[in-house]
Amino acid sequence: MLELEDIQHFLISRPPALTARYEFLTFRQHTGGQAWLTGILEKVGIASRVGSGELDSRWLTVAFTWRGLQALGLNEKCLATFPEEFRQGMAARAKILGTTGANHPNHWVGHLSNPELHAIVVLFARNVEERERCKIEREQYLSGCPGVEVLSSLDLEAIPPFNYAHEHFGYRDRLSQPAIEGTGDQPTPGSGPPVKPGEFFLGYPDDSGSQPILPQPEVLARNGSYLAYLRLEEHVGAFRDFLRQHGKTSEERELIAAKLMGRWRSGAPLALTPQKDDPALGADMQRTNNFDYGKMDPHGYGCPLGAHIRRMNPRDTASNMRQHKMIRRGGTYGPPLPDDAPEDGVERGIAAFVGCASLVRQFEFAMNVWTNDPNFHQLGNDRDPFLGTQDGTFDMTIPKRPIRKKIKGLPAFTTVRGGAYFFLPGIKALRYLATLSSGS
Amino acid sequence: MATQSLTEERNSASKGPEIVEKPRTNDWTNPQAMAIPKEGYFKVEPGRYGPVFPQTPANYGFSVVAKVKPGREKAIRDYGKNIEEAVKAAPSVLAPLKLHYLRWVLFDVGSGLHFMYQGIFDTDFDKYLEDAVALFNKSGITTVFVNLEGWPEDWKTNVPAVIKFFRDHQCPSFLEYGEYPFVSADEVKKALTLKTAFSNMLDQMQ
Repeated sequence: MLELEDIQHFLISRPPALTARYEFLTFRQHTGGQAWLTGILEKVGIASRVGSGELDSRWLTVAFTWRGLQALGLNEKCLATFPEEFRQGMAARAKILGTTGANHPNHWVGHLSNPELHAIVVLFARNVEERERCKIEREQYLSGCPGVEVLSSLDLEAIPPFNYAHEHFGYRDRLSQPAIEGTGDQPTPGSGPPVKPGEFFLGYPDDSGSQPILPQPEVLARNGSYLAYLRLEEHVGAFRDFLRQHGKTSEERELIAAKLMGRWRSGAPLALTPQKDDPALGADMQRTNNFDYGKMDPHGYGCPLGAHIRRMNPRDTASNMRQHKMIRRGGTYGPPLPDDAPEDGVERGIAAFVGCASLVRQFEFAMNVWTNDPNFHQLGNDRDPFLGTQDGTFDMTIPKRPIRKKIKGLPAFTTVRGGAYFFLPGIKALRYLATLSSGS
Repeated sequence: MATQSLTEERNSASKGPEIVEKPRTNDWTNPQAMAIPKEGYFKVEPGRYGPVFPQTPANYGFSVVAKVKPGREKAIRDYGKNIEEAVKAAPSVLAPLKLHYLRWVLFDVGSGLHFMYQGIFDTDFDKYLEDAVALFNKSGITTVFVNLEGWPEDWKTNVPAVIKFFRDHQCPSFLEYGEYPFVSADEVKKALTLKTAFSNMLDQMQ
């Protein structure tokens, strides 16, 4: 049974928040960091208490980089027990992840590639007013915490229409989410059985049936998770230009948009409705995820082999899929670009987290093997059209009878503006960190 | 201009290697041989668990050599039958490994009994290793390795240690040759299927 009293709410629940704020912190002295952490402990959202019917208006989450754990005073022996990729940090893994060229950490913003990045605070707020109120409260709090500085921050807001989650390109999101065994959540049809808690939380058996070895000490590791953070700028103008270039009518443009993603922008999956959009299907959680590829669409005539959702979840065409599930969180930042407006150069995009129990096995695998491998499904020269590093030299293959279509030289629709690996500790673990004495 | 600097970066050796693999050459028409440096790669390309070994005319593969624990020869040899039965029962059981060929060899050339696991596959070592380990565990193949010296005791819970074992015991080739270079097993099977289908079609048209 998942110990929901000891797990932060972040990967378990979704509070009814339309806005968020991410603050990236550095601890100049470990006592300052610990004092800061002690002061906010009471406010951190706990999984057993945060549900979607909450009367609260704001929810807090806190996570640390490996350097952050070091800055708080965790001893070298324990630090060395954390996984290699987490110790190196995401910026050092750029070549492995494929975040090269314009996505390279040298171009990242917000000090995210800086080794001084120690912690992230995620504030979810019901609305903008509440977020701004919290911001002032936090500024006042921080001014009383010597040695703790904000390196950068990012404000997030849902963009209209507000009745369903979507991002700046217009695609409906959150249609495929793992249900965790032991939380009572039921997976939607087509999502497979609930996933073992050890795939996301430390201290539980994962899908292999065993419980992986924990970093030390156990009180710090247990009920924690790893987060891969990515700030992905979305070039809406370039995307719309591309659709116009490849489609003369609005139907043709929607089809091209669907072929890149694997779902129509309404959310309806191409594997179920390859020729025509079906918004009702897209919005129906009982149907929108109920498909596979191996039996229904083996050649990719519906959902192209290299489309984004097929890469991120190959379903029955990949082995060991139950060890490749990840929990996604995050939202949009930046003002929406009106439909008929030209690109205005204002940065907008999604700032998202991937939660898992092993960054190398789950997140890095997805980036290295599925997203950025040009030979995924033996396509030859194709990377993920949205998440892959596109520099104008890669293609998009669209299987078609009689002859497949190859769009050559896909432009970059996104740019990775920053990223980092964090450890999301359990509640007892947070208390442990807050009271660490130097060198303990 | 962003585009310009990207091209510069790709062309400039001093900026370091990128993980982009060149588009696969479809030139299977001529056999090719490739001599490989001692380390097993031409330049360091980082994979998730260590340097990535390049694709050769024989695609990808490894030759893992390890000493056999005393008295375990029969246990290892018996595994030959096990795998034969497993593949008979479920022919696609090893499909996730994307294997072309496997050779398991036991030899003693004066320094004690050694086991060599040679595999030729269509995907590099680093990519599907965890899935391979999961497959080995589920199909019982892993139990062969417990007969080898150096195999981690906690292999069930410590996948990185298992991966380290394979990497530490890997002996890279210094020459590889392919009669139909760079062609995957899937492509070979597709071509044969097509050939059969054409054959049938011609018959139908009589």
